[in-house]
Amino acid sequence: MSHMDRANHEEQARLELARIRGIPLNPKARMQIPVQEMPSQDPSLRRANMSEVATGYTAEQAMLESERCLQCKNAPCIAGCPVKIDIPGFLAKTREGDFAGAVSVIKRTNLLPSICGRVCPQEKQCQLPCTLGKSLGGVEKAVQIGRVERYVADYERQAGLLAPPPAAGSTGKKVAVVGAGPAGLTCAVDVRRQGHKVVIFEAFHKAGGVMVYGIPEFRLPKDLVASEAGVLESMGVEFEMSFLVGRTRKLRALLKEDGFEAVFVGTGAGLPKFMNIPGENLVGVFSANEYLTRANLMKAYEVGKAATPLYPSRRVAVLGGGNVAMDSARMALRLGAEEVRVLYRRTREEMPARGEEVVHAMEEGIHFDFLASPTQVLGDQNGRVVGLEVLSYELGEPDESGRRRPVPLKGSEKIVPFDTVIVAVGNESNPLISRTTPELKVDRWGHILVDEKQKTSIERVYAGGDIVLGAATVILAMGEGRRAAAAINEVLQ
Amino acid sequence: MHSEHTILSKRQLSEEVYRMEILAPLVARERMAGQFVIVQYDQKYSERIPLTIADADPVKGSVTVIFQTVGASTHKLALKNVGDSIVLLGPLGNPTHIEKYGWAVCVGGGIGLAPLHPIVKALKEAGNKVTVISGARTKELLIMQEEMEALADEHIVVTDDGSAGRKALVTEPLAELCSRDPKPDLAVTIGPPIMMKFCASTTQPFGVKTLASLNTIMIDGTGMCGGCRVNVGGKTKFVCVDGPEFDAHEVDWNQMLTRLGAYKNLEKEAHDRCHMEMSIQELKKQQAVEGNAEAGRDNKQGSESR
Ligand SMILES: Cc1cc2nc3c(=O)[nH]c(=O)nc-3n(C[C@H](O)[C@H](O)[C@H](O)COP(=O)(O)OP(=O)(O)OC[C@H]3O[C@@H](n4cnc5c(N)ncnc54)[C@H](O)[C@@H]3O)c2cc1C
Ligand SMILES: Cc1cc2nc3c(=O)[nH]c(=O)nc-3n(C[C@H](O)[C@H](O)[C@H](O)COP(=O)(O)OP(=O)(O)OC[C@H]3O[C@@H](n4cnc5c(N)ncnc54)[C@H](O)[C@@H]3O)c2cc1C
Ligand code: SF4
Ligand code: SF4
Ligand code: FES
Repeated sequence: MSHMDRANHEEQARLELARIRGIPLNPKARMQIPVQEMPSQDPSLRRANMSEVATGYTAEQAMLESERCLQCKNAPCIAGCPVKIDIPGFLAKTREGDFAGAVSVIKRTNLLPSICGRVCPQEKQCQLPCTLGKSLGGVEKAVQIGRVERYVADYERQAGLLAPPPAAGSTGKKVAVVGAGPAGLTCAVDVRRQGHKVVIFEAFHKAGGVMVYGIPEFRLPKDLVASEAGVLESMGVEFEMSFLVGRTRKLRALLKEDGFEAVFVGTGAGLPKFMNIPGENLVGVFSANEYLTRANLMKAYEVGKAATPLYPSRRVAVLGGGNVAMDSARMALRLGAEEVRVLYRRTREEMPARGEEVVHAMEEGIHFDFLASPTQVLGDQNGRVVGLEVLSYELGEPDESGRRRPVPLKGSEKIVPFDTVIVAVGNESNPLISRTTPELKVDRWGHILVDEKQKTSIERVYAGGDIVLGAATVILAMGEGRRAAAAINEVLQ
Repeated sequence: MHSEHTILSKRQLSEEVYRMEILAPLVARERMAGQFVIVQYDQKYSERIPLTIADADPVKGSVTVIFQTVGASTHKLALKNVGDSIVLLGPLGNPTHIEKYGWAVCVGGGIGLAPLHPIVKALKEAGNKVTVISGARTKELLIMQEEMEALADEHIVVTDDGSAGRKALVTEPLAELCSRDPKPDLAVTIGPPIMMKFCASTTQPFGVKTLASLNTIMIDGTGMCGGCRVNVGGKTKFVCVDGPEFDAHEVDWNQMLTRLGAYKNLEKEAHDRCHMEMSIQELKKQQAVEGNAEAGRDNKQGSESR
């Protein structure tokens, strides 16, 4: 991929816009408009800074990309979006240059478009069923819905148009939201709109959940998350930070003693999983959660300012193939590692990470060892990591998930030197609330069980997001937050 | 966003030890012996510092922490004054399991005497006979002595240099108590990890059940990062949600010591950490004498996980 600068992208889009203004735009002509590439920092520069990698469309690009939309009657894209945004509707406004109008269409169903536009796995959601992509023979040719969504949302913020949704007059009723991740924040807004008082209880000192401690700055700027949380505050949502429900106050006490009439639990995933291989507690083995939290939330990369230390790494192995693995690998590179290798048991096709992140990681010089998985972490006499014993695999018959099962190749073990190992193979669920609230029903993985309205086994207690779904996505978590809010608003009527 | 807690009082107990009382009504109401808090001296760059709740006043709505200035973060915390605000999260961890055991021996080393105090208190309230062993490198570093004196049925003081009490390491009187008949029903040890390790190897041959409160490096303290993991009985445990107290005979002490040193070069660590640790050499000698079988396990450390 070539790396044109933003001005170039803008110029080309301008020329193309001028060209199509002169011709009748039938579907055939629209199909000929080139996909607008995302302007981004040059890989050789960005691998050494924390600034955002994708710098965002220009106005011309956003308008041109919207012109590609065929405005399908049945709009299959909408079905692909977990919160059912009127996609052709907002693209039609964008095409006319009515960016504010476009945002208001989006905001009818999605409150955090600048975030979703950046982090949604669009190629598996809204862009997957897109008619245009289908006719052009590939999902990468679909209308770039997420990029346009990001553009108009950024436009709104930069133009100072970000206004809190209006809240109805006070009902005198109180709702508690546990966890300030995307599920909790979304639920809070929708409940607050109805005029109920909302208090968000958050264990950390910053709001945003994974959006602040997990997803790195170079993919999702933290002041953007902070400004979204600021919108909630200006709506009158209250935040009790550094407050661990289950410990600082029991869930029951919120309902029985503190006068909350409903509680939403959006506590996210927890407990990082390890591989269960020997040597995993050696110094230099980190869960991705720990590694990313040190860097993001505790700002450890601001060396000299932040008090939280970073482990000095030169050769880093990242175990896993999802977004979390990509973020860890790219973070390690930015923190100064000389070589970063991602070890994944299957192949590129099966990787669950967002396509764009894998491409970005490869451009930045991250190495990928597919069909490889460690059997043991090796340490020196001081208990520090010095390498991995790695076993190779081949793909066998499809398993329950329909993916071809990786089968180990006997005798293929080899030893690879590393000084740091980051384990990014997923999370179990955080047991704190369920342990301190025995009547709350969970499944055997500890996920809270809910009905179709997000209601748990306890009256007036709702749950959603990763604590229900296991590791999911920002937009799915938001969708569950909304559904819970609707149910809460219904019972509080 | 509400997250601030006001410092109500501050007192310097010794050259390096401070006591702070912080307004935190909910934490004061909920907390139980053995639990801890995480504090930050500011919102932006502070490390998250785990400190045991040394005392609490539910009426006043305050919790007390006692901490030693060992590195940058604890020094910055010590610079905060009455009226300043800090970030505080808690109470974290599982409370100490308190019941009527009979005779309990509580061993505190240096700063570990602070977190030991609420446990001694709770054990007394549950009707136990309690013997306290207070240890420190030198007289100035012995804290909580009035409180211990008032609570304990029997109080043994030791210092490395003999400036107060007996000139000995805590393990010496501990071994003597264990050889009494009947032997103690429970031992509790809190202090520098190296001290806890040797307390564990002292009580083990006598079959005295021993609890140790682990002070691993922590980030979130809520079970999210896994940074606090230790090997207990061959299984990986998270100190912040599964602990902080564990059966001292099951803890892989060498692995824990190694992990604590992750960010330090070892000399600085030996210098900076709680002063009891200055006695490593002597304890090592003692270990050799006792012919402890642990040596074999040392090499395997880290090679097991759950
Ligand atoms: C590194 C990483 C990269 C990711 N990349 C993407 C991506 O590109 N696109 C995408 O769509 N998804 C991505 N995800 C997944 C996505 O972030 C999550 O699915 C989503 O954040 C879940 O939202 P949530 O609100 O359920 O929980 P969380 O975001 O986990 O928020 C939960 C909040 O609750 C707080 N909390 C927990 N327990 C308590 C308690 N007892 N009391 C008070 N507060 C509590 C936590 O501190 C946290 O702030 C990524 C995840 C990670 C870890
Ligand atoms: C559950 C728990 C309860 C604790 N209770 C208390 C308490 O009541 N009073 C108290 O003074 N301290 C307590 N500690 C230890 C305290 O958290 C550390 O001393 C502190 O975090 C060190 O921070 P620092 O930046 O000042 O030092 P650093 O610069 O991080 O370290 C300085 C020296 O201290 C050592 N060190 C760092 N972290 C720890 C740690 N967690 N435990 C032991 N040594 C460490 C380092 O190896 C180094 O030698 C507790 C720790 C835990 C996990
Ligand atoms: S919210 Fe996500 S899935 Fe829905 S349209 Fe936007 S980018 Fe696509
Ligand atoms: S499916 Fe694609 S082309 Fe059709 S309306 Fe949706 S975005 Fe436009
Ligand atoms: S401190 Fe993060 S899991 Fe225990």
